[in-house]
Amino acid sequence: MELKLGEKASLRRAFGEALVELGEVDERIVVLTADLAGSTNTDLFAKRFPERFFNLGITEANMMALAAGLAMSGKKPFVSTFAIFAAGKPWEQVRQAIAYQSAPVRIVATHAGLTVGEDGASHQMLEDINNMRVLPNMDVVVPADAVETKQAIHALKDHDSNPVYVRLARAPFPVVFDDNYKFEFGRAKVLRRGDDISIFACGLMVYQSLGAAEVLAEKGISAEVVNVSTIKPLDVETIVASVSKTGAAVTAEEHQVIGGLGSAVAEALAEHCPVPLVRVGVQDRFGQSGSAEALIEYYGLTPEGIAQAALRALEREGQR
Amino acid sequence: MNGEIEALKRKAYQLRRDVVEMVYRAKSGHPGGALGMADVLTVLHYKFIRADPKNPSWPDRDRFILSNGHTCPILYAILADKGYFPREELWRLRKLGALLQGHPSTAHKIPGVEFSSGSLGIGLSFACGVALAGKIDKRSYRVFCSISDAECQEGQTWEAALTAHHYKLDNLIAILDRNRCQIDGPTEKVMALEPLAEKWRAFGWEVFEIDGHDYEQIIFAFEAALKVRGRPKIIISHNLLGKGVSFMEGDYKWHHGAPSAEEFEQAMRELAQHMEGSP
Repeated sequence: MELKLGEKASLRRAFGEALVELGEVDERIVVLTADLAGSTNTDLFAKRFPERFFNLGITEANMMALAAGLAMSGKKPFVSTFAIFAAGKPWEQVRQAIAYQSAPVRIVATHAGLTVGEDGASHQMLEDINNMRVLPNMDVVVPADAVETKQAIHALKDHDSNPVYVRLARAPFPVVFDDNYKFEFGRAKVLRRGDDISIFACGLMVYQSLGAAEVLAEKGISAEVVNVSTIKPLDVETIVASVSKTGAAVTAEEHQVIGGLGSAVAEALAEHCPVPLVRVGVQDRFGQSGSAEALIEYYGLTPEGIAQAALRALEREGQR
Repeated sequence: MNGEIEALKRKAYQLRRDVVEMVYRAKSGHPGGALGMADVLTVLHYKFIRADPKNPSWPDRDRFILSNGHTCPILYAILADKGYFPREELWRLRKLGALLQGHPSTAHKIPGVEFSSGSLGIGLSFACGVALAGKIDKRSYRVFCSISDAECQEGQTWEAALTAHHYKLDNLIAILDRNRCQIDGPTEKVMALEPLAEKWRAFGWEVFEIDGHDYEQIIFAFEAALKVRGRPKIIISHNLLGKGVSFMEGDYKWHHGAPSAEEFEQAMRELAQHMEGSP
């Protein structure tokens, strides 16, 4: 799959292809899903390695605990289903069997966020970053595009000491990175340097934030855009270094502003470097049906929405 | 055979004394289920399970997964007796900084403990994962998973039951503690389970039903279950909650709770008499 900057590419597809590549090099890789092989693109692995692929039917609670059993018996399980059925329905099984035991299960959730689209609020998981990052031992990764997705999945092959949650979406995202990009677990990456405001983003909102930086540049404001693809452990050093320079911050995520990236950054800034902060995301509401594009627009997760948030943060900074 | 059974019975009463003393010293815990399961778990651990206390992570060891984690005093007593950790640890159960947690924990690296239980209904799924890994790797180990009768009220238990049948996990043997008691009262009053054996048969499992205090039946059931191929097996063990301590027997109120000093003395005296009665 050739990926062109700015063109849309499927994160799920990148995940499915990466799994096959991993399967070729490590026979300990096993893949589990709960009646969503096609939707999660784990069917690619199933076709290549049927003996290491297990469809558990619609038994998410069972699947999570079973994955822990595999992980603690020497396997490297990747478990994939929709985010609502990975970080919602079986949360207690993830806590008890995976996080508490620090079982190295890679939970790769697809269909997170508003961009699920037409299926509506029941399927638009907007609380998963919160649910997963609160668990001790659990790491959380949110790739920004297909390129980073593939790299992250490869990087997590040997993530053997504790579990990790990877958040993907249904909708294809515009490609942000070229082949020179290097995902590093636990590191936030400054994608665009700026002096006036720091924009911390994850997932689709990284692309939107790069757009916001353009909008702000036209107003003479220099924005720094940081891709926080590892939300836990949070790269506090890079975040603090950025706001120490800019003095104001915006967070942008396709998630509730309560509990997600916005909260994580707010916690870090409050402890280490308090500056005015405005959080862009879903404002304590449920989603609804609509196309991905219409929903992004409606909930204000656009370059313009992020730019306006930046102006509010700068205004507050000016009042200090 | 008879000499062996008498020795196992004596061992079970010795372990019951440890259970009562642990709960008494901890001032909390769940003695009833632990005492009721003592016979069937003694036979399992001292006659059937292949494991090496000196090498708890031996890859080919048989796994014992205690899904009904609140009954862990009996497991801890067995593991201490086998030398997985010093007996003194038993008397620090549930205390801050102790090895032995209120529920089994791999996070606290309790030697011999395979699964962190305590939240009901999860262990059988975990056991399916361990059994599946054994199948993939063509390992010879067997997976024994203890579940309680009231755990069959958890939907996840039946998800696991479907899975074990679907993937033909014949290296998995579940032991169901059918003592008919749960915290709030008799199981059939709280949330009826019968016909329980038929439910498991309908899910495709090979079902054995035994009197959980009849050693010949217990031994026969394990021997027979180990021979069945092509499907998972379950031994429904009809156990008497609190078995061996007269004032606890059959009384669901002893699902949890520590005995008073007088009750402790009486329980230990009764269990000692049972031991002596099994020369």
